[in-house]
Amino acid sequence: MKYQSQKVAYWYFLAAMALFGVQVLGGLVAGWIYVSPNFLSEILPFNVIRMIHTNALIVWLLLGFFGAAYFLIPEESEREIWSPKLAYIQLIILLVGTLGAVGSYLVGIHGGREFLEQPLWVKFGILVAALIFLLNISMTVLAGKKTAITNVLLMGLWLLSLLWVFAFINPDNLSLDKMYWWFVVHLWVEATWELVMAAILAFLLLKLTGVDREVVEKWLYVIVATALFSGILGTGHHFYWIGLPGYWQWIGSIFSTFEVIPFFLMMSFAFVMVWKGRKNHPNKSALLWSLGSSTVAFFGAGVWGFLHTLHGVNFYSHGTQITAAHGHLAFYGAYVALNLAIFTYAMPMLRERAPYNQVLNMASFWLMTGGMAFMTFVLTFAGTIQTHMQRVLGDYYMTVQDDLAIFYMMRFGAGAAVVVGALLFIYSMLVVHKDEIIAPGPSNPVPGE
Amino acid sequence: MAEFLTKSRARNIFYGGSIFFVVVFVAMTAHSHRYVVNTSTAGMPLTEEVILGKHTWEAASCINCHTLHGEGAYFAPELGNVMTRWGVQDDPEAAFETLKGWIEAQPSGIEGRRQMPAYQFTDEQLRGLAEFLRWADQTDTQGWPPNDAG
Ligand code: HEM
Ligand code: HEM
Ligand SMILES: [Fe+2]
Repeated sequence: MKYQSQKVAYWYFLAAMALFGVQVLGGLVAGWIYVSPNFLSEILPFNVIRMIHTNALIVWLLLGFFGAAYFLIPEESEREIWSPKLAYIQLIILLVGTLGAVGSYLVGIHGGREFLEQPLWVKFGILVAALIFLLNISMTVLAGKKTAITNVLLMGLWLLSLLWVFAFINPDNLSLDKMYWWFVVHLWVEATWELVMAAILAFLLLKLTGVDREVVEKWLYVIVATALFSGILGTGHHFYWIGLPGYWQWIGSIFSTFEVIPFFLMMSFAFVMVWKGRKNHPNKSALLWSLGSSTVAFFGAGVWGFLHTLHGVNFYSHGTQITAAHGHLAFYGAYVALNLAIFTYAMPMLRERAPYNQVLNMASFWLMTGGMAFMTFVLTFAGTIQTHMQRVLGDYYMTVQDDLAIFYMMRFGAGAAVVVGALLFIYSMLVVHKDEIIAPGPSNPVPGE
Repeated sequence: MAEFLTKSRARNIFYGGSIFFVVVFVAMTAHSHRYVVNTSTAGMPLTEEVILGKHTWEAASCINCHTLHGEGAYFAPELGNVMTRWGVQDDPEAAFETLKGWIEAQPSGIEGRRQMPAYQFTDEQLRGLAEFLRWADQTDTQGWPPNDAG
């Protein structure tokens, strides 16, 4: 840790990991209800558990992004954070909002747009927290050195906060409601969050491989250009069947196909930098998570996204378990694994010690990644059968679901592996071991690391 | 990467191109907004009842079990065409009665079957919900879903 104020990130990462635990446990319970549908049905219905699962996901990923920004901006800008106090106030607002949201879901108070169910006061809290964050981080960057990484990161964070405004816009006309809802949901994960992901990945690769900054930053601009050129009009892949004009079928199919490119480039970028890099950084597990994240993101978002993005396919697969399969692997690869990569990289420094317990951390990578991959496969099989029986043959929904029971059991098993992996990850980050379990290889420490 | 693509050129392409695509997107969504209001959802007026129904739908968080026009959760059946499936799309009174009967029968309590929660709606809210679902059903969704199973 070069700058004292980077410490702020520690508390963001802690809060994020706690919510990560809540998220996967919520997912596991939801997965169990699929297997044993009477479980909790009178006390805590499926819809409430699902809200907790998805909302916890989004909030912890954002907490991770905020923490990552507070960690890397001082290093990039070469100065302390403008106001660490504001950063803590921002965190407190977010935590109060999160607890308030979970509490009100449990007593049945919530909005009714998927992922945006937070009560209005929580939405305002998030808005205020985002504004505090933008002020704080922009003042830091303006006063300091500006790099491509800070440019792209800041642009991503500004734009994603601006898009939050659409969380407040809920027209009475259902089709308009749906159109503006995607301005948040799609333009987050397939545009602005990609900017944040690419910037954090670039920072990690710069530190871990020691490749020349010029090279890293050129890649970064090319990646984010392909992300926005494809992702903005790619929103059209959600506009096929919700009451919007037919031209979106072509615009959406063509541009969302191009959305594969930025994910392919991020994966290539990660591997090329590692091959080119001469540096042998001791934090091997951070490198594993970085490579793993970009690879799984390519499969989850790129390959599984393309699988159902052409309108001729989507006509049959829309809103089936295929969608759930893709949603899981894409979120996991792109945003969960990337957050865990920056946690793995930063936590040892934030706690001022050597990179520790890499064996456990790496084991958690394989357990979680294997679990998510298996879950994706079984849901893809379930979704394929569902698509055929329900959409092609016209069998009734509930009848088809009964035939899919075996896949839901396997999904639960995969989920259990993910939960164990997540707990192992948290344990490896937080519980102190005196000695490292593997001796670090020969390293050429770079001054100031 | 090729020599002609310097870092500053890459940056300028990124900024310029992004602005271009934002402008195109905004223009197309503005057109789509008008198309929704004037064409695809114009078959049935957006009455107070429909709006009450939408608010009821939201307060009950139906979307976290069901899909509506294919979006939402995958735990329970598609509802964008439920009124057609029940054969009551053209009969508001029958739509209300059928929906009321359905809601009051929940939870089914059948062992091993997915459960829908018990909701305490007023008749006014139920009428709103029925109208909201009929309104959604008449939306021109480009021929989706492929069949009545939804
Ligand atoms: C990391 C990036 C991505 C994430 C996190 C992500 C996540 C998701 C999620 C959660 C949904 C379901 C939304 C709902 O509840 O209705 C979804 C839907 C969809 N995604 Fe992605 N996605 C990503 C990238 C992509 C890409 C690159 C493509 C195309 C190449 C794509 C194609 C689709 C399509 C076509 C749907 C609609 C599925 C349907 O019709 O039911 N996604 N995505
Ligand atoms: C313990 C492991 C997990 C289990 C058992 C699990 C289970 C579930 C279940 C049952 C649903 C509801 C699907 C439906 O609507 O029918 C769901 C939704 C969702 N989960 Fe998970 N989940 C797990 C982990 C995760 C992780 C790690 C992520 C993020 C990478 C995630 C992201 C999501 C998203 C985005 C949705 C909404 C999907 C959509 O609308 O398409 N889940 N999950
Ligand atoms: Fe999308």
